[in-house]
Amino acid sequence: MKRRKGWPRMHRVFQQPFKTAVLLLVWGWLLLLVLTPNLLVVGASVMTRDPGSFLSLPLTLDSYRQLFDPLYLDVFLNSLYMAGVTTFFCLLIGYPFAWALSGLGKQRQTLLIFLLIVPFWTNSLVRTYALKLLLATNGLTNNTLMGLGLINEPLKMLYTEGAVIIGLVYLLLPFMILPLYSVFDDLKRELLMASHDLGAGKLSTFLHVTVPLTLPGVLAGVMLVLLPAMGLFFVADILGGSRNLLVGNVIKNQFLDARNWPFGAAASVLLTLAMAVLLFAHRLSQRRLGEEAQT
Amino acid sequence: MKETLLSLKNVSKAFDGKTVLDSLDLNILDGEFITLLGPSGCGKTTLLRLVAGFEQPDTGSVTLSGHDITHAVPEHRPLNTVFQNYALFPHMSVYDNVAYGLKMERRPKDEIRQRVDDVLAMVQLQNFARRKPHQLSGGQQQRVAIARAVVKRPQLLLLDEPLSALDYKLRRTMQVELKRLQRELGITFVFVTHDQEEALSMSDRVVVLKDGAVQQLGTPREIYERPANLFTARFVGETNLFPGYLASVGDEAITVDILGLRRTLQKPAFDVRKGEQVSVLLRPEDIRVLAPEDEQGLAGKIVERNYKGSTLDSVIHLEDGTEVLASEFFDEDDPTFDYKLGELVRVSWVDGWEWLLPVELEPVNEEAEGLATDA
Repeated sequence: MKRRKGWPRMHRVFQQPFKTAVLLLVWGWLLLLVLTPNLLVVGASVMTRDPGSFLSLPLTLDSYRQLFDPLYLDVFLNSLYMAGVTTFFCLLIGYPFAWALSGLGKQRQTLLIFLLIVPFWTNSLVRTYALKLLLATNGLTNNTLMGLGLINEPLKMLYTEGAVIIGLVYLLLPFMILPLYSVFDDLKRELLMASHDLGAGKLSTFLHVTVPLTLPGVLAGVMLVLLPAMGLFFVADILGGSRNLLVGNVIKNQFLDARNWPFGAAASVLLTLAMAVLLFAHRLSQRRLGEEAQT
Repeated sequence: MKETLLSLKNVSKAFDGKTVLDSLDLNILDGEFITLLGPSGCGKTTLLRLVAGFEQPDTGSVTLSGHDITHAVPEHRPLNTVFQNYALFPHMSVYDNVAYGLKMERRPKDEIRQRVDDVLAMVQLQNFARRKPHQLSGGQQQRVAIARAVVKRPQLLLLDEPLSALDYKLRRTMQVELKRLQRELGITFVFVTHDQEEALSMSDRVVVLKDGAVQQLGTPREIYERPANLFTARFVGETNLFPGYLASVGDEAITVDILGLRRTLQKPAFDVRKGEQVSVLLRPEDIRVLAPEDEQGLAGKIVERNYKGSTLDSVIHLEDGTEVLASEFFDEDDPTFDYKLGELVRVSWVDGWEWLLPVELEPVNEEAEGLATDA
């Protein structure tokens, strides 16, 4: 059937007032709170910096040119590297975790998912400060290790890139596990049995059946970790010292400190574009599986 | 005499303390089409999984052509399975699904292509090789599942209720197709079903299972005409059960009193003594419905009639309350042949078609009642 346009025909508006109201609310919400702000950001990114009113004409692509300044390019590449490492560790921990989780009894699954979600009830800023206490020079970890006599001098953990990555992994791991859990939960045991039945060992089955069928979950997890990781400026601020480690720091600084709105906006647009690319890849991978719903 | 291909000895299996298979012995012959028939929960699927290697028995052994495979992993067993819901790999084309097993054997590319093409032609899917499973109909998916399993030329093919997801007409077609494939390939088929009609029409031999134990093993005809116990009799087809009283027992023949009717029958294989009770079994098609003024037979009245096209099925209540099912073919000499509800009739049957069984104590809520329903 042909898809109907989003705008309902007039005679239906009165026939189905509830449906119309709900649709209007959703569309209104999306227009007002998603599309408009994003368009404002895109708009701001092509304007000129103005010390008085933040933005002014003429339109220019200078801000985008500035993104390729070696100074900022370095930040971007470093940010991408940090986010990449974070994503890698999240995947490394999250994939086996989600796999094991899907194999447990329903009751245990519910309990573990609950435990996974509980930290969300505490503000992530507060949790990052808690992590700082653990990693500080005379923090809990160092004191314990010295108390046990394993080390003589405190390790320098805080204000390193490692600390930032630990913080990012800690905050973002659930976002990797949840989509992975969802694909593992859908993965039919019979498919793995069929693979063994046809002569494939554990490794072959993993590579030829498990991995391809959980790939949409991997991509969803990567999307939910990689890009937020580049933007979580407060983690870099608290655990990494006041260096421009992440794109998020750059954006924050441009808006709040340097007062260069067009440049901050351009950096935001870059992140949004990266998101779009990943979303596209995710769609492709799902289409390859043939919208599994039918099988 | 055919040789034994697969042999299960004293196999037991319990899940969470609940016995699913109870010291079961079974020999499957080379080249036969054997069906495991039973209600859900009878252990037939567990039995299949033990043979495929997805479960390990608690006791006993599984031997395939003389090799003990009790603890072999599934990938090392020279047999393949057609799964109930086909379990086709959704991310692979039909061709890749079928080629999967041969790729795992690391066969040369040319050989793989040849064999996959051949087997796809055999199931008439040569034009669908590039499709994905979700682009196929249920019957086509079923064929892919079969092709994928037989392309490896297994010694034994296990089929776990492979037709249960198909509608009635397609089922009949696939039944014929499966028989044809089995003849052409010469592979031993072990077929699991809860559908007795399917079991009877397709198999060389049928194994009737209940509560993890073999109730009867025999040809479809033996199972239907000479059931070993009440369970088999009721599970395989409809059955009328009459109480019989042994009036006299001779060396060869016995006389049985059935609700006042005296019949002289051949002595059954089990022990009988004068004065004891036996169960007398008659299939609905053995029953003859006679006019009320007839001298022979038992008096009763029609309480239900069902026109079935080729037969007229009726339910008759005898005077003592016994319910009798009768299934009669239409008689060309009597085009008006029919009954009215409440009509008085007499019930008789073809002499010598009675089948005797010892009286069994029946537990209340006998599962055999709700038979052919299944998950």
